[in-house]
Amino acid sequence: MDTLLQVKQTLLAPNGLNEAHIEQLLHHLLSTDVDEADLYFQSSHFESWSMEGGIVKEGSHSIEQGAGVRAVSGEKTGFAYTDRIDMPLLLRATDNVKAITRQAQERHIKISDEGNWPRYYPSINPLKSLADQEKIDLLHRLDLETRKLDPRIEDVMISLVAAHDHVLIANQQGKLSADIRPLVRLNITVVVVDANGRRERGSMGGGARSDYHYFLARNTAFDYGKEAVRQALVNLEAEAAPAGTMTVVLGPGWPGILLHEAIGHGLEGDFNRKGTSAFSSRVGERVASNLCTVVDDGTLSGRRGSLSIDDEGTPTQQTVLIENGILKGYLQDKLNARLMGVAPSGNGRRESYAHLPLPRMTNTYMLAGKDDPEEIVRSVKKGLYAKNFGGGQVDITSGKFVFSASEAYLIENGRITRPVKGATLIGNGPEVLTKVTMVGNDLELDSGVGTCGKDGQSVPVGVGQPTLKIESITVGGTQI
Amino acid sequence: MQNHEEINRLKNIVHDLLTEATKQGASAAEAGLNIDDGMSVSARLGTVETIEYHCSQGLGVTVYFGKRKGSASSTDLSPDSIRETVQAACTIARFASIDEYAGLPDAEELATEFPDLDIYHPWNIETTEAISQAIACEQAARSYHPDITNSEGATLNSHQGIRVLGNTLNFIHGYSSSRHSMSCSVLGQRGESMQRDYWYSVARDASQLDSPEAIGQKAAERTIKRLNGRQINTCQCPVLYSAEVASGLISAFIGAISGGNLYRKTSFLLDSLGQQIFPDFVNIHEQPLLKNALGSSVYDAEGVTTQTRHIVQQGVIQGYVLGSYSARKLGMRSTGNAGGVHNLTINPGVNDFSAMLKLLNTGLLVTELMGQGVNSVTGDYSRGAAGFWVENGIIQYPVEEITIAGNLKNMFKQIVAIGNDIDYRGNIRTGSILIEQMSIAGS
Repeated sequence: MDTLLQVKQTLLAPNGLNEAHIEQLLHHLLSTDVDEADLYFQSSHFESWSMEGGIVKEGSHSIEQGAGVRAVSGEKTGFAYTDRIDMPLLLRATDNVKAITRQAQERHIKISDEGNWPRYYPSINPLKSLADQEKIDLLHRLDLETRKLDPRIEDVMISLVAAHDHVLIANQQGKLSADIRPLVRLNITVVVVDANGRRERGSMGGGARSDYHYFLARNTAFDYGKEAVRQALVNLEAEAAPAGTMTVVLGPGWPGILLHEAIGHGLEGDFNRKGTSAFSSRVGERVASNLCTVVDDGTLSGRRGSLSIDDEGTPTQQTVLIENGILKGYLQDKLNARLMGVAPSGNGRRESYAHLPLPRMTNTYMLAGKDDPEEIVRSVKKGLYAKNFGGGQVDITSGKFVFSASEAYLIENGRITRPVKGATLIGNGPEVLTKVTMVGNDLELDSGVGTCGKDGQSVPVGVGQPTLKIESITVGGTQI
Repeated sequence: MQNHEEINRLKNIVHDLLTEATKQGASAAEAGLNIDDGMSVSARLGTVETIEYHCSQGLGVTVYFGKRKGSASSTDLSPDSIRETVQAACTIARFASIDEYAGLPDAEELATEFPDLDIYHPWNIETTEAISQAIACEQAARSYHPDITNSEGATLNSHQGIRVLGNTLNFIHGYSSSRHSMSCSVLGQRGESMQRDYWYSVARDASQLDSPEAIGQKAAERTIKRLNGRQINTCQCPVLYSAEVASGLISAFIGAISGGNLYRKTSFLLDSLGQQIFPDFVNIHEQPLLKNALGSSVYDAEGVTTQTRHIVQQGVIQGYVLGSYSARKLGMRSTGNAGGVHNLTINPGVNDFSAMLKLLNTGLLVTELMGQGVNSVTGDYSRGAAGFWVENGIIQYPVEEITIAGNLKNMFKQIVAIGNDIDYRGNIRTGSILIEQMSIAGS
């Protein structure tokens, strides 16, 4: 069935609404002088299952449904939402929102359907892709198989979650756009203890805009288990990490969180329109070595950060952020694109109907270079090889960013030697990529676990990169 | 002051949820409901930027079929939704494993007295007045110093809500609460250096908020002080956590003595009850019944009576932080902490902030931390930081792009002093904390 029709049948019909009601709401909203206005209807079904201590301890199911109403005039935004898709409540929300804008000529809006864009994931319901008993069986098998891997495993914790989102966006031109978004994720954490009582933890997970079969194909779930155990055992052997400024080689894939923190946030349109980012007014300038080309791409098939359309109805695209070291452009939603006189880039995202859209990343990664990853390590006399990371954070104004290694090794005389404990790396966004002197030919995208926070709103994102050599960055260990 | 009529309406919905759960075969159930109403107004560069009206609601139910548990929630409070939500929870419970520790709290632990904690002070502020307060706040920041060159604006938030909790042990209670805040964030520029900082005030009662002008000035003052920061050399030195970042150390401690981390053995403070973790002078209390405070609560997320108690006395751990599930796993009793702690107070010493700087003598004052960087299993700690280099008790220059690292177990032992410059804006109330020595990574 056509996505738009399916979404209308999920969001409008059961609540006694049809297109005439949307016309009426838009008419009401547009009796003032607005630059952007939209109605955003959403229903989200979410489930989670968790296992620990060898049992499926709990599960939960949630339904969130509602609508947000927005009007933007110049730089001013009015916003209200309701947890019930109900005409009187929507009219009241519309009244509240209009308060920020001036009275204007009446405009009559005729609803029309939009739908002519590629889709990067199927319109499936992942919650129903396995029977409940099959989900339980998967958890038990994964727990059992993982525990067999090493006698030092003390506990295994697994979480399995799925979301099924329907969104319907009506904008001020009366265009109706819809999307159905599946999302699944599986995480496994193991706790290991050695003969001396030293404990450590390792975690691995992944996910996609797909259904639960994603974890069964090619034994993906069981590979997560193996990887979590491997990381935990490496950490059992880890010594104190070094402190100070040194050469760091970042492994491929998830370490691309570097790009998300150091570059991506600073290139979001709102900060640059307001001139609050360390990258403001720097388009055309060199911000990275000429080995670096960085893109944001919402069009990758089935990736966690991908979207067919953003939350303002703009089709997503591949946006080149940095090309051969030169800053090319910003990530835009409609408001900031209009105020900066550029086209929206399909990066207007919101956590839900209860939040305002903001310019956000989708999948952010660096293109592959020419260097052999082994050659990159061999080129380092003394430094750090960081293979896995936890979270990160950035101050977009000063440009300072951090990201925390969870698996790292010393490089001594061109060889990876001993594992060291996790440590936070800190750098300066506009500078760090100018210190990239080698880029591997091994581009990898992450396994699909990223969640990005901004202004209290969380959205799923992806990152990726090839192996990178950064000539110098500050490593926050304890060993001086 | 409470909103009795509305609370009674919501209690009836909770009652319906519990009745429906029993009807669908649950042997026990717990249900909660909350509604929130609020407004958020922000101003930037002297004019209103956004007006947001918040109005949200949600219900949640947890059912038990013997020792099997399932949960479900919804934003829809209608009778159809109640039936479907309970059904979803029951379906999950049928597939969950038997967990011998699962279940409602023990009946005798549930709260039976409900003193008014004075946490409901609705603020009937007009939108236009909220806008002018936000503008005044931002204006005070922008006019503070010529090096304040840009702004992220000032925001006024006002929220009020009702929470109702009930279970099939005949516990049912609801209360209203409110929370208002104002914040401001501005940028400064001097030469190549661009910095931003912020300040905020939060209270249950809007009359207790700092004035918009004071908040704006503080935000600007913090921004100006950070301009032209530099790295320091990699070294070991004493570190003073300012009060607004010191609460993070205490929350890492609370995480390590929380039931979930203890029974999963993912804590660096396993079997620490009765052990000396801090120096003698460290005392930490939980004060859930403080009037008009941000973390006040008569009962926890399960309805268990909260306790006014010592968590640390003379450096020794007196009790863990447990809900009923983790308590059963550990063979203990709930401490009324399902959902977290309530108004944790660290006994202040005799030193104000300038005396703390003198005690620091020469070392690092940290005023901002970045990233997570705390391993709860091992206590290993490594975070990005910014602050000031201090010599002979006097601030010398701003410092940035450094990390501070150590192990929390050692850091707790190495607490030299706790200031009386308490930050009351959160659920953890502590003054600045001086640590004898940490590793600083810089240039």
